[in-house]
Amino acid sequence: MTFLTLTSLRKQYGSVAALDGIDLSVTAGSRTAIVGPSGCGKTTLLRLVAGFDAPDEGRIVFAGLQLADARSQVPAHKRGIGIVAQDGCLFPHLTIRQNIGFGLEAEASAKNARIAQLMDMVGLDAAMLARKPDQLSGGQQQRVALARALARKPRLMLLDEPFSALDTGLRAATRKAVTDVLTAAGITTLLVTHDQGEALAFADQVAVMRAGKFAQVGSPREVYSRPVDAATAAFLGEAIVLPADVADGRADSPLGILPVDDVAYRGKAQIMLRPEQVTVTRHGVQGGGEGARGTIAEINFCGPTSDVRITLGGDPQGFSFRLDIPSRETLVAGDRVTIGVAGTAHLFRQPGFQTASS
Amino acid sequence: MTSTTETRITIAPRPRLPAASSWTLTIAVVVALLALLPLGFVLWAAAVTGWDMALQLIFRSRVGDLLANTILLVVLTIPICAVLGVALAWLTERSDLPGARFWSWLCVTPLAVPAFVHSYAWIGLWPGFNGLPAGVAISVVAYFPFLYLPLSAAFRLLDPALEDQAASLGLAPFAVFRRVVLPQLRLALCGGALLIGLHLLAEYGLFAMIRFDTFTTAILDQFQSTYNGVAAYMLALVLVLCCFVLLGLEAGLRGRSRYARLGSGVARRPKIARLGKWKYVALLLPAVTAAFALGIPVLTLGRWLIAGGAEVWRIDEVGVALGQTLVICLIGGLATTAAAVPIAWLSVRRPTPASRFLEGCYYLASSMPGVVVALALVTITVRAMLPLYQSVATIVLAYVVMFLPRALVSLRASIAQVPVEIEQAAASLGRSPGNALLATTIRLAAPGAAAGVALSSLGIMNELTATQMLAPNGTRTLAMAFWALTGEIDYAGAAPYAVLMVAFSLPLTFLLHHQSKKIAGR
Repeated sequence: MTFLTLTSLRKQYGSVAALDGIDLSVTAGSRTAIVGPSGCGKTTLLRLVAGFDAPDEGRIVFAGLQLADARSQVPAHKRGIGIVAQDGCLFPHLTIRQNIGFGLEAEASAKNARIAQLMDMVGLDAAMLARKPDQLSGGQQQRVALARALARKPRLMLLDEPFSALDTGLRAATRKAVTDVLTAAGITTLLVTHDQGEALAFADQVAVMRAGKFAQVGSPREVYSRPVDAATAAFLGEAIVLPADVADGRADSPLGILPVDDVAYRGKAQIMLRPEQVTVTRHGVQGGGEGARGTIAEINFCGPTSDVRITLGGDPQGFSFRLDIPSRETLVAGDRVTIGVAGTAHLFRQPGFQTASS
Repeated sequence: MTSTTETRITIAPRPRLPAASSWTLTIAVVVALLALLPLGFVLWAAAVTGWDMALQLIFRSRVGDLLANTILLVVLTIPICAVLGVALAWLTERSDLPGARFWSWLCVTPLAVPAFVHSYAWIGLWPGFNGLPAGVAISVVAYFPFLYLPLSAAFRLLDPALEDQAASLGLAPFAVFRRVVLPQLRLALCGGALLIGLHLLAEYGLFAMIRFDTFTTAILDQFQSTYNGVAAYMLALVLVLCCFVLLGLEAGLRGRSRYARLGSGVARRPKIARLGKWKYVALLLPAVTAAFALGIPVLTLGRWLIAGGAEVWRIDEVGVALGQTLVICLIGGLATTAAAVPIAWLSVRRPTPASRFLEGCYYLASSMPGVVVALALVTITVRAMLPLYQSVATIVLAYVVMFLPRALVSLRASIAQVPVEIEQAAASLGRSPGNALLATTIRLAAPGAAAGVALSSLGIMNELTATQMLAPNGTRTLAMAFWALTGEIDYAGAAPYAVLMVAFSLPLTFLLHHQSKKIAGR
């Protein structure tokens, strides 16, 4: 069931089109992530859904009710949509108890019971209730912000980069906690982030945004392994993009003959491999397997992995690509290697532009 | 032992306070002691008066009347100023009021008109207007900018994300204003209200002209007519206690909570409210305020200037008064700023509990009304150091006590902008600590020092109470001449002096307005 529908949304700030025709359907109880580089318009999109800004064109329909179009809009305080902002946005002049109870309209005892329940839900100690926001760590502040938004039992929760201000370790833990709480409550969620890993880990549906438009919308697996173009591929993770001659589901590429995921296409095209499909072994090592031959042109040790640049064939000026490989083999620049490929390559139908790694 | 010169340098224990710091601290302590002299004097006077005598002088109907007047004045004026200040600040900062920037300037400009000139302007129009209603009305127009300035800066600094957040939690716009915006204005409200309260307690000319008795006017009457020392001291004691009550109230209401936004990065620009059809109704508020706060002084001064013609601009009198005023302002401003240098440097470079305590002493001393400062210095010099009575040194000391915080604020801000590394670099290039300070920080902080001199000089220019009591014989500043002429009902003759004071004060208001914009990064 479609719960939230955005139709041809446009928003202009001066001469800049922050949103340039956005269409999106979100089903009830699902988690959607909107991912894109900073300045792509994703926060603007969230502000329109929250009701903080009005669209210039297009419509927002939520649970069968039109929230906004170019002429009229339902004000933010009547939408029943919760939001957790990047830095939590707690009211600095109120205690944690007052922050969480801010939007609650109930008598004191019922309110306190609900606040205690919410604190428990987001995994915070009730002893913190009397503190002020600046006495809490960043992760705790985010949990309070979530509890405050949950207090009103919103049907839709908007998360505006809520984890980006946190340390790496805390980030994963907070994300897990938030996901669990939202799933348990069955709340439809829209997450905005510039972190592709976060988007892929969090969502059922990922929308990749670029310059005010959605480049691709699909399941995390789909957008990761079958991106529409090289730019989308590169944004979602490392990608090796190769030129190839394609026929009958097979591509003749600098890495040899590879199976592709499009059997109908015939002609010149670009194909993409994810680094986890590629293995690199020193040439001549037993069990090294079949594959194209290459040379380590450059290698930088980075702990568990090493960043290498491999040139194919004997020509140092020839085709080359970069890759992170496990550091277990002590390769050095100049070593000859065999490059193995597992699985099928993804074929870009439209001629995408060359990425830096190709 | 193989201790060479080199190793001795590296292993020598770091002194807790370098020589430069200890000297600076000594000077700062001496200045603080001098600044606390008036307060100490009043307390000493109370102590030596004797319990019975003191009670007799304090618990009498005259003091009761003055207290009632003072309380009514404060209780009526401050809330009106607060409501007016919030409304004007919201209109000029957060709404699409036509000409918001222009109105914002007009809301600050009344500060350029000395309070007693406001009073003069009002009774020029309505000679029968006096007592409490006049006191409240004139105080509101003279002092509301003290609330408008911090409130408008606070409105600019509010993080609009908090208001969005409150809306998403189901609050209608007015509830958002009441529960999120207003509480965050508390610091600005408290600070501005305190400033207005202290001015109400200290002001003489405004209230004397409309025959409204406050402690300050009563002390001056006593001083000028009968020179009844003990009675004046006891009135001063009650006045000082009133100041303490205000300071305590403000400290209690302000609280200790942190109000800065918690997030990182830069806040989004505040949303501008659309007034729509209310636009023209809203325009009435700044327009009417400006009419009373600026229109009336302009009208009255214009009328008297036209009536007086060219004759009132007697170069021998007006020119001499202007010259004397400028000299005394310059000396006072330089002395005040110089006195502020040690504590400004300490509070930025060596902040310790001691430096914070000293700073508190300066603020406390400057919150004493001019009449108390002057009364104390008159009595001390007459009794103990007669050659200093009515000397330039004594009046300059009074100005230092009263205006030091003005210089301190500018000076400290500009010293804080000079990275300490520059001072250290100079030291590493072989300059002695004092020399390094002089060559780097002091040089780079010069604009702040200039602003400090300007702010304190302009305060001195419009000061009437202490100046009247302490000015050396033969001195006639603009304020004194203005006051003497209005006392003789020569309103036309007084007009040029008022015009000159306003003209010199205008840059001050521009400076204040500019600073408040700069705080908000605009």
